[in-house]
Amino acid sequence: MLELALRHAFADLELDIGFRSAARTVALFGDSGAGKTSVLNAIAGLLAPREGRIVLDGEVLLDTARGRHVPTAARRLGYVFQDGRLFPHLDVRANLLYGAPGRRMDADFANVVALLELQPLLARRPLTLSGGERQRVAIGRALLARPRALLLDEPLTGLHEGARRQVLDHLQRLKQELGLFTVLVSHRADEVASLADEIILLASGRVTGQMQVATFRARYATSQAPADALRNASNWIG
Amino acid sequence: MTALSPDEWQALALSLRVGLASVVAALPFALGLAWLLSRKRFPGRLLLEALVYLPLILPPVVTGYVLLALFGRHGPLGELLAGLGIVVAFRWTGAVIAAAVMGFPLLVMSIRVAFDSVDPRLEAAAETLGAGAWRRFTSVVLPLSLRGIAAGCVLAFARAFGEFGATISFVSNIPGETRTLPIAIYELLNVPGGMPGVQRLSLVALVVALAASAVATFVAGGALWRSRRNA
Repeated sequence: MLELALRHAFADLELDIGFRSAARTVALFGDSGAGKTSVLNAIAGLLAPREGRIVLDGEVLLDTARGRHVPTAARRLGYVFQDGRLFPHLDVRANLLYGAPGRRMDADFANVVALLELQPLLARRPLTLSGGERQRVAIGRALLARPRALLLDEPLTGLHEGARRQVLDHLQRLKQELGLFTVLVSHRADEVASLADEIILLASGRVTGQMQVATFRARYATSQAPADALRNASNWIG
Repeated sequence: MTALSPDEWQALALSLRVGLASVVAALPFALGLAWLLSRKRFPGRLLLEALVYLPLILPPVVTGYVLLALFGRHGPLGELLAGLGIVVAFRWTGAVIAAAVMGFPLLVMSIRVAFDSVDPRLEAAAETLGAGAWRRFTSVVLPLSLRGIAAGCVLAFARAFGEFGATISFVSNIPGETRTLPIAIYELLNVPGGMPGVQRLSLVALVVALAASAVATFVAGGALWRSRRNA
């Protein structure tokens, strides 16, 4: 269960977002500049909004009215960044274990390595990896820190078609096997339709709609167009 | 030109020892200050930065005088240290302080540039993985800055090895205690028949400077080679 209310002013965007969702995987869907990543950063604690309240599974992560702000390092959220952000000086194994030092050999490690097919990559450095490989390592690194929720920021953007399908398959397997609460940010309708249970539509820093995936599929899944093309459609929803 | 005399060996050994000790002593402070200047915004930050870089601009003799006023037997810091049984005025440890202060701006500058070039988004990623401030510093910022830190150490060592003005005004010229290589050269210049000694020691200074420069290039080159292999 995620409950979120945010107000924040950027130089070029006024964020005023509120929603509540009980779905296992919530997608924030909208075109670039809608404020999707800012919402994710606020959930992770990397953005301190002017005003806001964020409650995840009953725990208050942020409540500016009461001066509560759980530090990022204590939130236990597995953030997979759009640009991967692997540590360039560490090999894949050390990257994977960064959030879980001392768990080198345990079953979780073996499971995550098997699930994401990382075995052949373990000794490599991030700069030698392809985009898809890098993203799989980033997902594995986030999972091994034993998060209570996953935050995925455009995890498939910038990947070529083959890698995209591969990472998407892995994300779907993760969803089935781990059932971790996930917030997905994406501007692509097809990704959202295949991963999310509930969708929050965002445009220019506002929520413009909220719907279950079945409704979303019925409206958008035939289209693979980016959200920009759907902006007009999303304006009359909700 | 003949081999170095025992006095000249002594001056060389002392200069090497003072140079190394000054870098070791200054490094933790330089790391802390560079991190503050690179990552934090606080009132008085510009003033602090100006103070750190002051020894670079101030005449070294003045820096030496300030050190004498502070660390001398009746200076505030000197009395404090004397209470702990440590005397630095006219001791080799005083020469270390003088050299450390003179090399400090170079050390802080290099390290700060290295810290600035570490992508703060990597620190944010580490933070989401549960790393607190200290772990982020030691596991992300520090290893990614090693090249700049090493370059700063070599620069500061070279600066310390050649230190003259602050050292002679703070701890004077005592053979075996504070007569470093540059001070020995200066003394020989003022002694009839001292010229061969001046030449020998100058040659030694040249060799040490070349070696330091080679080490710096090797460190930077090694790091470059590694990053190219990974690209």
